[in-house]
Amino acid sequence: MFQNVGEMLMLLWRTMRSLPLVWRQRQKVCEQLFEIGNASLLMACILSVFIGGVLALQSGPVIVERGLGSLLGGIVGLSMARELAPVMMSILIAGRIGSAMAAEIGSMRVYQEIDALRTMNINPIHHLVLPRMVAICIALPMLVVFAILIGWTGGALVCTYNQSIAVSFQSYFGNLHDTVELKDVLNGVIKSFVFAICIGTVSCHQGLQTIGGPRGIGRSVTKAVVNSIVLILILDYFLTRVLMFL
Amino acid sequence: MSANLTSQPGVRLEVRSLCKSYAGQAALKGIDLDIDAGEIFVIMGPSGSGKSVLLKHMIGLEKPDSGDIFIEGKSILNGEDVANRFRLAMVFQSGALFNSLTVGENVSLYLTEHRLKPPGEIPRIVAEKLATVGLQGVENKYPSELSGGMKKRVAIARALVADPQLILYDEPTSELDPMIAITIAEEILRLNHRTGVTSVVVTHDRELGFGIAHRIGMIGDGRILATGTPAQIKASTDPLIQKFLKAEYHSNQNSNSHLERQTV
Repeated sequence: MFQNVGEMLMLLWRTMRSLPLVWRQRQKVCEQLFEIGNASLLMACILSVFIGGVLALQSGPVIVERGLGSLLGGIVGLSMARELAPVMMSILIAGRIGSAMAAEIGSMRVYQEIDALRTMNINPIHHLVLPRMVAICIALPMLVVFAILIGWTGGALVCTYNQSIAVSFQSYFGNLHDTVELKDVLNGVIKSFVFAICIGTVSCHQGLQTIGGPRGIGRSVTKAVVNSIVLILILDYFLTRVLMFL
Repeated sequence: MSANLTSQPGVRLEVRSLCKSYAGQAALKGIDLDIDAGEIFVIMGPSGSGKSVLLKHMIGLEKPDSGDIFIEGKSILNGEDVANRFRLAMVFQSGALFNSLTVGENVSLYLTEHRLKPPGEIPRIVAEKLATVGLQGVENKYPSELSGGMKKRVAIARALVADPQLILYDEPTSELDPMIAITIAEEILRLNHRTGVTSVVVTHDRELGFGIAHRIGMIGDGRILATGTPAQIKASTDPLIQKFLKAEYHSNQNSNSHLERQTV
């Protein structure tokens, strides 16, 4: 385990050192951005609208019963911005994109394509890891901002149209506007940026470590997704502690 | 790429006391070889004898437990930047083409990644290299759309695009029918004659080995058993070499089994 952590940190360090070369890889970064960002939009939209909705549905009746219905916008807004959007989007991307990264790099490793790159004096980190890491670090925070907005809307819809809550659009968004500050959204964006680094590093590392045939690729994909999600949840606690002071 | 690339067509390769073990099992047990510039050197031996492992060491894909490899006297292990100083290429047994790229992108990858040619010139070079190996109009196909022989030829074209001084071929005729195998053998010979590139061919195909080699190194059980011209190898009295050279199928009419295999 410690060897794996060390290898992942080394991979991250080498990727960061190769950042000046990112302009040369811009075409691959754009392809990955499309894959991670654009292709995940619909999924992110569906997920966020229902997370916002269920949050309003769970907390709404209890809060309204105590006469605090006017605070519902702030509760949903803060929860989405600070916690649910970054964590849920990161888990979604770990499953959707982390698995794809591990599978693609893993199959390249198994079928000697990475060896072929090395014989051509092409560094696999520059060619494969760097574009993916840069793309996920750009796309995930953007997806999270999108998810926050959609989640707020989902919460508003449930608050307005659910009979047991019945908080108006104006009241919901008024309270949300008064409660949620820019730093709360930034909080979520910072979290998602760290999670993006975590997903990219874990998935690319698992891909590069793949041995064996199709079974090896399957094992790498599973490890990439599971390890990413576990790391996201652990990091989330510590990041929340740190970001409380900001 | 470094500006101090040497311009000579072929390079000299020396392997010194090369040892490598995997999980305690010795794959190479002190290999010593000298391969001259511009030579076609065939490393021949039975499966599992360490041929491909040796080849991977020659291009730096594996690190030995001990020993060293020198290209034109420069160690590939001691940070002498051999990869930037010399142009090396390898044709993998499986071809190792990039399945998500088209044939054209596969062949041009080296040039585009190292920015060696203006983008407008690259399609012409790709077409020229593909034509060298007898392929035309396949630039936009994906490797999955090609036959085994075509994949091997694309892999050779991809190696050629670097104008290499040393090409390593790993089992270039495996899984190919005899006619395609002959075509590949002719390509290896033609390239060597035309460019003077040093070629190291790993194979257990005796017809290919004896057909193209200037010299042959026989390998068995991780050791070099003998090196010499094809005639010298044929005349060797080493029992392992003789067994390898004479191994063939015999039809046994008197038995219920159709074939009796004389194994190496």
